[in-house]
This record gives sequence, structure tokens and C-alpha cells, in this order.
Amino acid sequence: MDRLLYVAMTGAKQLMQAQTLVSHNLANVSTNGFRADLARFEARPIQGPGYPSRINTVASGLGFDHSPGALQATDSPLDVAVEGNGYIAVQAPDGTEAMTRGGTLNVNALGLLETQRGELVLGDNGPLAIPPYTQISVGLDGTISITAQGQGPETLAQVGRIKLVNPEPEQLEKRPDGLVRLIGGGEVEADENVRLVAGFIESSNVRMADSLVDMIQISREFDVAVRMMSVADDNAERAATIARMS
Amino acid sequence: MESLWVAKTGLEAQQTRMTIVAQNLANVNTTGYKRSRAIFEDLLYQNLVQAGGLTSQQTEAPTGLNLGTGVRMVATDKQFAQGNIINTNNTFDMAIQGRGFFEILLPDGSQAYTRDGTFQRDSDGALVTSSGYALQPAITVPAAAEAVTIGVDGIVSAVLPGQADPVQVGTLQLTDFVNPGGLQPRGENLYIETVSSGPPQPGTPGLNGLGTLAQGALETSNVSVVEELVSMIETQRAYEMNSRAIESSDQMLQTLTNRL
Repeated sequence: MDRLLYVAMTGAKQLMQAQTLVSHNLANVSTNGFRADLARFEARPIQGPGYPSRINTVASGLGFDHSPGALQATDSPLDVAVEGNGYIAVQAPDGTEAMTRGGTLNVNALGLLETQRGELVLGDNGPLAIPPYTQISVGLDGTISITAQGQGPETLAQVGRIKLVNPEPEQLEKRPDGLVRLIGGGEVEADENVRLVAGFIESSNVRMADSLVDMIQISREFDVAVRMMSVADDNAERAATIARMS
Repeated sequence: MESLWVAKTGLEAQQTRMTIVAQNLANVNTTGYKRSRAIFEDLLYQNLVQAGGLTSQQTEAPTGLNLGTGVRMVATDKQFAQGNIINTNNTFDMAIQGRGFFEILLPDGSQAYTRDGTFQRDSDGALVTSSGYALQPAITVPAAAEAVTIGVDGIVSAVLPGQADPVQVGTLQLTDFVNPGGLQPRGENLYIETVSSGPPQPGTPGLNGLGTLAQGALETSNVSVVEELVSMIETQRAYEMNSRAIESSDQMLQTLTNRL
């Protein structure tokens, strides 16, 4: 069988993966703080004896899109969005430190600040505990101040600061649980320059138009790959016919 | 073909979100209703190429290849922002200005909590909700009472015939929770306590951060119609996008089966 068939098949298979990735981005178009995944294809020549005509394609990740999503105003004082670059440090279920942009926060029954998915939000010294309050506000640098229960609005108490980090984008990867971590693990130092705006949530940074165009392109490229497979089939058939005639 | 299933999760999530928008819009005139908000999260990723994996003795892959598997709705978050206060001038209508809930005794003996202050007297003179559930602590207003006054701090007093001085007939309490968002909506404008809401903390209205009571007023629903409509448009478009993804994946499969 001609090797063309296998080269074309590899291409079609990678394109199917790319379609999954685009579908995943589109499915998460309403997920707060979601970062669009990126993929690219690499040409990988097959080494071996003979003329090097076979070049396979291999999908390889390109990490994710680091551009910030649009900010949406909400009324909730515990909705926070990171302005520009940076992340909110949270404690992943396995106890390690991870990062997220999803700033829909809540105080849980134990009085600890957590994200909507239940990860504890980290302060400068571990998870942030919020005493019972009547008013709460989150400052630009992540400082949380409350009016404690039983006290008037003139007594504001600082209860801690949300740990905000800003590692280099090249050091980051998305893990299977959807949280962002350093490649190779480890914790990041807090960064004073990251800004947080309260009363806003960051919408997903998936660009609908881009994703749609990507989808059409992938679909067409897939057509080409399948066409090459059918050409390979035709070639083989002709060869068989000639072989029969002689 | 995976992308079909990934796009399916997107369709499902947007459809559920539309249900929530419709629920909010349907309750735009419900006293004390608090609007819900859909919160999504991305599903688990398949790690095809590990970032930082060694591609040779000296080099490593700068980025990994993670294929996501879609989206799911992780929570419907109740927004306990204050609704508007409207005057009804009904003696037993009460609105809470600030934090707190009225405690209600359900027929099965358990407690529920509400922000809906439409109370009435039952045949025994006790204050009950529109559904007939008793307010806790129970307050019984004498049938002969000429005028009933409910103070901002919950003191209920009544003027009885032939008496100049009003008599105190009971004291209303409000109940607060550490995390009101964790309460479970039960229908009939009621919420019940859950593990994540924390235990109920009863107190005197106006003290310890609890809201004050306004007699003859009701709290309207806090649904903003404009916001819900915008949300509806967004949901519909996102739904369309995801159905396009399904269509496109389907076309790829069709090409494959027809051409080969």
C-alpha cells in the first residue's frame, strides 16, 4: 500500500484533535475566567532509507491564550477580576498551590474564602479566614476589609490580603483539573503590582469569531486530507488494474 | 469523534443557563425572590503531551498538549442583593432592610427561612405566611386589637379597645447565615439550612449586622429584567455556536464516510 495513505491519515487524525480543542473553547464561552487553549501543528519528517518524501504532521500544544477577557459588572462585592496580567493563588484539592482567574468568591460555612469550585483562596499566610461580617470589600491590591458583626460602619477591620501572583506566561501550564500551575510545580511569590477590581467578573477570553473561522478551516483541511486518502485509494486501484491487464 | 461530545456539553450547559434565565424572568414580580446565576467550569483535560517533558537529553517540550473535554455547570449562585422596598400599607407586611431572614415553621416541624414578609393572621390570630406556615418565634395578635405596630427592632405592640397604652404582644427575630449563598431554595419563597450555609444565627433586628424591619412594606424581587435579557441573548448565541461545532464535526464525519 502506498505510504501516502498513512501520511494523509495522520493529518486527518490530528485535525480531529484540533476540532476537539476548538469545540472545548466554544463550550467554555461562558465560563468565567476561562483561558482559550491553543494548538499548532508540527511537521515531522519520517527518517529512514530512501527519498525523504513523507512528512507527518503532529499536533502539539501551544499552551493557552494569556490575553485578559472582558470585564462584566456584577453587584456582588465578592466577585473579583484580575486586571491585566496575573492570577489569584488558590489551594487545589490536593493541597498544592495553583492559580486561577475565576474570581467568583464565596465565604464557606467554616468562614474560609473559596472560589465557586471550592478551592480555598490563599492569603499571605495560607487560606484566608473571614470573620462574620455585615459589609465586606476587596481593595485594588487584594486587601479584604470587613465591618464585623455588631460593629458600626465606621469600624473597618483588615482581615488579610488575597495572594496575587504574576509569573511569566512561558512558565505556566494548564493541568487536567483546569487550574494553572508552574511547569514542573512549585509556588510563586506574591506580586505587589497585580490589580484586582471588585464587583466585576472576567468573562471567558474565547474569541467566538476566531473559533468559528478555525472550525471552518479545520473542516476544510480535513476534506483535503480525506481527498488525499481517496486519491491514494484510486492510485492503488489503477495499479491493480494494470497489473491484471498484463 | 470527540468534538461532538465536547460541543454537546456546551449545548447542555447553555440550555441549563437558559432555564435559569427563564426562572429569574418568571419571578420578576415574586416578593423577596433572589435571582440565580449560572456558574460554569471547564471539564477535565486529557494530557496528550506533558509540558516540560524531555524531548531529548538536553531539551524539553515548552508547552504541553491538553485537550479539554467540555464544560459543566458547577453552581447556581443565589444573589442576595437587596431588592427594592415598596410600600403596601398592610399592617402585617414586613420588609427586611439589610441582612437576615424570617424563620418559618414548616408543617413537618422543621425550620425554613424567607425574605418574603407577606404575613397574615390565621384563625388563632398567629402570624403566618401566605402558605399558612407559622412565623417563628410565634406571634399571636389578639383578635380585638385596633392597631398593631411593628418596630424596626421587631417589637410588636397592639392597642386594645379601651386601653390607651399599647401592649407588647411579641418580639420578632431575624436569622442570619455565614454564607447565605449556601442556602437551599425550597420553593414557596423559602430556603432551608445546608452544611455550606452554616448554622442559623438568630438575633434582634438592627443589632449585630442584621437588617431592620419596615412595617407596611415589601421587598421586591431583585431580578433586573435588562440584565436577564442580555444574558438570554448571550446564551442563545453561545448555544448557536456550539451547535455549529456539532454541525461542523458531523460534516467531517460525513466527508470521511462518503469519500472513502
